[in-house]
Amino acid sequence: MKTHERKAPAAAMDRRRFIAGSASASAAIFISGAAIIHPGEAWGLEVKTLAPATMQTLVKAARDIYPHDRLSDKYYALAVKGYDAKAAEKPELKALIEGGVADLDSRAMARHGVRYVEIGWEAPRVAILKEIEDGPFFIMIRSGLVVGLYNQKEIWPLFGYEGESASEGGYINRGFNDLNWL
Amino acid sequence: MAKFDLNDESVVVIVGSGAGGGTLGAELALKGVKTVILEAGQRFEIEDFLNDEWASFSQLSWRDARTTSGSWRVHRDFPNLPAWIVKAVGGTTIHWAGASLRFQDYEFRAKSHYGDMQGANLLDWPLSLDELEPYYSRAEDKMGVTRTNGIPGLPGNNNYKVFEAGAKKLGYKEVHTGRMAINSQPRDGRGGCQQIGFCFQGCKSGAKWSTLYTEIPKGEETGNLEVRPDAQAVRIEHDAAGKATGVVYANSAGVLRRQKARVVCVAGNSIESPRLLLNSASSTFRDGLANSSGQVGRNYMRHTTGAVFAIFDEPVHMYRGTTMAGVIRDEAPHNPARGFAGGYEFETISVGLPFMAAFLDPGAWGREFASALDSYQNMAGLWIVGEDMPQERNRITLDPTVKDKFGLPVASVHYDDHANDVALRNHAYRQGMALYESVGATRVFPQTPYPSTHNLGTNRMSANPRDGVVNKHGQTHDINNLFVSDGSQFTTGACENPTLTIVALAIRQAEHIAGRLSANTI
Repeated sequence: MKTHERKAPAAAMDRRRFIAGSASASAAIFISGAAIIHPGEAWGLEVKTLAPATMQTLVKAARDIYPHDRLSDKYYALAVKGYDAKAAEKPELKALIEGGVADLDSRAMARHGVRYVEIGWEAPRVAILKEIEDGPFFIMIRSGLVVGLYNQKEIWPLFGYEGESASEGGYINRGFNDLNWL
Repeated sequence: MAKFDLNDESVVVIVGSGAGGGTLGAELALKGVKTVILEAGQRFEIEDFLNDEWASFSQLSWRDARTTSGSWRVHRDFPNLPAWIVKAVGGTTIHWAGASLRFQDYEFRAKSHYGDMQGANLLDWPLSLDELEPYYSRAEDKMGVTRTNGIPGLPGNNNYKVFEAGAKKLGYKEVHTGRMAINSQPRDGRGGCQQIGFCFQGCKSGAKWSTLYTEIPKGEETGNLEVRPDAQAVRIEHDAAGKATGVVYANSAGVLRRQKARVVCVAGNSIESPRLLLNSASSTFRDGLANSSGQVGRNYMRHTTGAVFAIFDEPVHMYRGTTMAGVIRDEAPHNPARGFAGGYEFETISVGLPFMAAFLDPGAWGREFASALDSYQNMAGLWIVGEDMPQERNRITLDPTVKDKFGLPVASVHYDDHANDVALRNHAYRQGMALYESVGATRVFPQTPYPSTHNLGTNRMSANPRDGVVNKHGQTHDINNLFVSDGSQFTTGACENPTLTIVALAIRQAEHIAGRLSANTI
């Protein structure tokens, strides 16, 4: 898709695609065989049951649902990667996810001429999510993220949350009343 | 530790081991009364507690199926989790914050003090503050409540500092670090608070009072108390004369056992207690036990709650230290000039990042929501706890279709806010937001109520048997050896956190039961 972007002359870009922020692929994550690869963060994720493009879209949608600019993509990938194994056990779940992503892509194609992950700006992607937010696919993905994303202990320090303290004797000597700006 | 025979007809059987059941069991045992507590949950000890919100939730919470209906938002957001309470030995005294406030005098006389309120099923308690005061004193001593019995208050944490500064800016006068059943210094064999910050996950230092490691072991030491965990009561039985004869329960293997009893006390919290009475319907008592008034399950109250969180331009780290670290009592009195009856308390609250994500605005997503969480470390928070109106239609019923693993109908919880509840909550939201804005909040969030932590009123006390389920001793009007020993006895909810009152009532009830037993009148 990067090639596509290089090849596409600005003049040829249709208006809708321009509004969508140009058809720049989500180059951060690309598909390689049966895996998605994130060269920037140096990780890859093998996808066995779902289509790799589906996992790529789930990661993007996860960020759009709970966008935290300080979180790298790997946390969103960790939050959704479990669907691959679950889809292997439950065909109806696989159908819900593949169908949900296909629906996102068809809405993206209809409005912007590109796949969901290739829409450049967040707002037009969110507008598509808004259209499906009452459907079972979105509800499952969103509610799964509440725990799947925010219960990753690795992200807590990025939000200034220190978590468990009993093993260190509580916060009594570790800043429970250190606020001094009032 | 005692072990009583299933056929021992001389024992008092208590269903539930929380603030009501755990206290009652220990008090009876100390008076020499042989007592068996049936607890549906497992027995954990302090070392088992997990200071991790979701892991602890899975470990301790009552997650058995329940259903909901009504216009309350909990029905939409958490349709199968109406209440956030504990299923374990110690009950919800493992999860509670520790706030221990006495009711105000007129709160025992809500009907005569507030006057008739349309749609509300108000009633005066058959009990006065004067009568309960000696028991409040004993409860405060037992629980080691700060600012009573010469026990100093806890130190204020960061969340409290913001709260107190805002309170003073608004002109509030009664703001302090609360009356908390949390040791501010070592007492009763337990240490002082280490400001661990996980008061809702089981106190790892044991500084906070819980029947699990205070009352229950004291009762067990007497040799008169047996606590049977993994024992889910399914039915109370009675004889031809209408006297309770025992409790059928399912053990951990799902096998049904029958514990005979001289007296049965129900203390399973305000959802399970009426469910048990309703599920115990018989050919003699077709509408359930103790339900000649038709009031079993009705008048379900949950306090008018809500929270306000605020973001500042500097860090707060509200999660460090006591979860409920302070109280403002200026809005607690009944002052109809505000446009509603009853009052409310402000108390600080904090949750960790995982629960903030789940509860700040359940179902919300997108950048507005995510950006609030981005400022998590700069957040301060307070909780609103106000009196809600008892309403007959707010009730626990048996779900017509959903059954538990023993084949019994689960509890269905219906709740609609009364207009008074809405007016009170809106007032509290406005004041809470103003409080934080007065000390520089850049963004404030009036947060929708959590699933109910205070569940009250579904087997209420009444002077007249027509109006309620139990008398002033928690004894059912219909069956003289059947008692209710938890917050479901509450005639009205008042605006104080209920645990202290539940404990005071349990101490009083233990005296009553022991006296009646030795007089041979039950």
